[in-house]
Amino acid sequence: MSNEKIQAELAKYEASVEKAIARFPERPHLPKQRLYTPLDIKDTDYADELSFPGIYPYTRGVQPTMYRGRFWTMRMYAGFSTAEESNKRYRMLIETGATGLSCAFDLPTQIGYDSTDAIAEGEVGKVGVAIDSLADMETLFDKIDLGKVSTSMTINAPASVLLAMYIAVAEKQGVSADQLRGTIQNDILKEYAARGTYIFPPRPSMRLITNIFEYCSKNVPKWNTISISGYHIREAGSTAAQEIAFTIADGIAYCEAAIKAGLHIDDFAGRLSFFWNAHNNVLEEVAKFRASRRIWAKVMKERFHAEKPKSMMLRFHTQTAGSMLTAQQPNNNIVRVALQTAAAVMGGTQSLHTNSRDEALALPTQESVTIALRTQQIVAYESGLADVIDPLAGSYYVESMTNKIEAEAWDYIKKIDEMGGAVAAIEKGYIQKEIQDSAYKWQMDVESGAKTIVGVNKFQIENEEPPKDLLKVDASVGERQKAKVEAMKAKRDNNAVKAALADLKKACQDENENLMPHILAAVKTYATLGEICNVMRGVFGEYEAHVSL
Amino acid sequence: MEKKIRVLVAKPGLDGHDRGAKVVARALRDAGFEVIYTGLRQTPEQIAEAALQEDVNVVAMSILSGAHPHLFPKVVDLVREKGMKDVLIIGGGVIPEADIPALKKAGVSEVFTPGTPTSAVIDFIKANVKA
Amino acid sequence: MDIARELLAGNRLALSRAITAIENEYPEANTIMKQIYPHTGNAYVLGITGPPGAGKSTLTDKLARAYRAKGKTVGIVAVDPTSPFTGGAILGDRIRMNGLTLDEGVFIRSMGTRGSLGGLSHKTADAVKAMDAFGKDIVIVETVGVGQSEVDIVKAADTTMVILIPGMGDDIQAIKAGILEIGDLFAINKSDLDGADKLVREINMMLDLDSLMTDWRPPIQKVVANQNEGIEELLVRIAEHRAHIDKSGELARRRTKRTRDEMLDILSAHIGTYIKQRIVDTGRLDAYVDQIKRRETDPYTVVSELMQEMLQS
Repeated sequence: MSNEKIQAELAKYEASVEKAIARFPERPHLPKQRLYTPLDIKDTDYADELSFPGIYPYTRGVQPTMYRGRFWTMRMYAGFSTAEESNKRYRMLIETGATGLSCAFDLPTQIGYDSTDAIAEGEVGKVGVAIDSLADMETLFDKIDLGKVSTSMTINAPASVLLAMYIAVAEKQGVSADQLRGTIQNDILKEYAARGTYIFPPRPSMRLITNIFEYCSKNVPKWNTISISGYHIREAGSTAAQEIAFTIADGIAYCEAAIKAGLHIDDFAGRLSFFWNAHNNVLEEVAKFRASRRIWAKVMKERFHAEKPKSMMLRFHTQTAGSMLTAQQPNNNIVRVALQTAAAVMGGTQSLHTNSRDEALALPTQESVTIALRTQQIVAYESGLADVIDPLAGSYYVESMTNKIEAEAWDYIKKIDEMGGAVAAIEKGYIQKEIQDSAYKWQMDVESGAKTIVGVNKFQIENEEPPKDLLKVDASVGERQKAKVEAMKAKRDNNAVKAALADLKKACQDENENLMPHILAAVKTYATLGEICNVMRGVFGEYEAHVSL
Repeated sequence: MEKKIRVLVAKPGLDGHDRGAKVVARALRDAGFEVIYTGLRQTPEQIAEAALQEDVNVVAMSILSGAHPHLFPKVVDLVREKGMKDVLIIGGGVIPEADIPALKKAGVSEVFTPGTPTSAVIDFIKANVKA
Repeated sequence: MDIARELLAGNRLALSRAITAIENEYPEANTIMKQIYPHTGNAYVLGITGPPGAGKSTLTDKLARAYRAKGKTVGIVAVDPTSPFTGGAILGDRIRMNGLTLDEGVFIRSMGTRGSLGGLSHKTADAVKAMDAFGKDIVIVETVGVGQSEVDIVKAADTTMVILIPGMGDDIQAIKAGILEIGDLFAINKSDLDGADKLVREINMMLDLDSLMTDWRPPIQKVVANQNEGIEELLVRIAEHRAHIDKSGELARRRTKRTRDEMLDILSAHIGTYIKQRIVDTGRLDAYVDQIKRRETDPYTVVSELMQEMLQS
């Protein structure tokens, strides 16, 4: 059918709709366009915009065979309480078929404080595992072969320290650094914009990040040195397009910082990875994942003149949306997570964490974690969604949505460029404000009923029984961890610690020095995370947040 | 006389998830309240002292890390110690149902869990504030 | 609680309650002010204004720290606009001064403009007096310099500082024109950005054109507030201005004028309230309005009659 013919038929259809609407009024609040046709993608050139899996611009996927060869990595984010407890959970996950580990650290660890610090009170071991020194890291990976497992660590401001500890543990296991596989999140910009676990101001933070890029490209070549994260931006309330736009703008800032530090784009770009959120709107999410790959490929090729294909591939980890879990009727969350999983898989994710049904209430129980992992396995083995590559390509709607999200994201990226880049936009509070506005609009839409959340503002159950058997973190964990730190400090060679910290301080003061070897030397003396971060705080200062409501 | 309900929206503890706190702050402003937001990582001492200097009618806290059993009661005690007997203290966040009775006993007037509409917070404040 | 007595004894809660009474126009505010007034007049009052986003709160924070380092106690009154639509406000200045919260030598109070016309400057002035009587050495009043009432607030200070930043585009012309004459000194914040020198030149040119300039030419100080650069120098500029107005008699003149304005303000406010209440009490207000609407009389005649009647009784 020619486009003219389609146009004419479409007009006829629209006329018939008018009559139908009179009898069956449409739900309000829906987007205006209800039907998509070839006209919506008539300007989309297959070779330029879609092409083939494993070929620029990678819209259809980064690998040629995608899941036909191997499924995505089923990586479950876990960690709580002490290193012993988390070690047990990791070994259980490996036994039930998880193919990668993902470490959650508690907040004092993420902000570079020891468990013994007054500010850590009440927080030790709560949202993740407490790591104070190399001793805890040794326990955390006890009887886990670091040469075989790939480990992702959700750690940002002190990422250099935790990575150094990981390298040191591997060394003790007899595994050399060049064998290590895994990821550190290491994305400080989204901490300023959305997640809040920052320590240092932007300038020294960017230096730490480029130091890691440089060190790993030589010594830990299989390590993903950053996971540029939209996940938390979305959790903070952004839209799908804002999620990828702000994150890619962050990615551009990291590349520029690394290039300014003297690195060549193709030396580090292949180790950059991304981290996306999988929300409830399945088709919009699939379009978002596809659009993100296309934008990044263009950024790398046209802006940074990357030459290696690997530099242009946007590889990403996905986590299902925590903010979409409801505390009401928590079993419904299993269904939400299944749909989000479907979106991530049809969007071509490289790895996936599925949230557990009870996470709006507390940390997940083992049973809930198992259901979440089974959800991935059912989608992989039973649903057929992973059987062909990029199954939704060619859908008038999905292709048109992919184009639309891409265009919206480019607009933001341009705007941020005009402000002087992501760092400047964050310092101005622009990105935070955009996210907050979206979050507020979402909340008002839920409260007005424009958006329906099952069990929350529709189909509620009166006097719902609160769920029982939630996971409780042992209240004594803080005291136990404190005692462990004190005992460790009594045993270590305190002169060696002092010398290593003094050396680190000197290195911090010299902007041309790569800090990684100095940090590695310090962790090997069992200097604590807090001691190391305090040295850096002393030289670098601390970030003061920009908040405007 | 031009009286306004003044609310301190506070984030005690270390978690950086301030989406809820900020949404509530804006909703309270739109309800005609004067809102002072503390920002992240405030100690109970800082929160209580800010409540005193601002002479607020309400302290509204948000925690998502699970540190609420430790931090909420501490804020209540410090606020009362400073002589602010009438200040309404409320909390919200990822808080298991089972923890709520103890928090209320400690002096937190109401605890709002995920899914609560902002209008419920506003109505609660209007009904219970002593101004 | 005997608020005034407790305030004078150094009770921070009493200071806080006194400001609430002033702000909410509680009847006891009058009594409190009477009791604390003899103890005022000792603090040096610094007004800070400038466009939104200029970094006023951050600069206030750094100035307060610098004064604290010199052993001075500091009070801060931070004014933010109230939404004219909802009557609510986000009072967001305090968040940039979190590091001062636990310093007992500092007291920070946020105030909303609450849409009060004229009354605002009167209320902030009284809040400043409360901090003065409490014993603060320096009181900083910080407000967005966009409306007349905000300008009135900072004009009441001993030294008024205008803070600007480079790269504000065309808006800057209007803003500068409006607040240029009130600045005793200028701080150029974020002066590490491009355009800082250009801004300094522009302000200098405008100052050159100012024919009303007395013997004090407002100095322009470059600062980078969030990196604590230029703060010590700014303190010196403030001290120089203070020394100048002290020596030239300008400080005494300003304070005399302020006292006179204030007394007349209070007088007219009280008379106004009194007369309004009397008319409402007599129940004749509606009748007057009807007569005026029918053009049987006019507001001017009515007011003349009422003035005569009430002020003679």
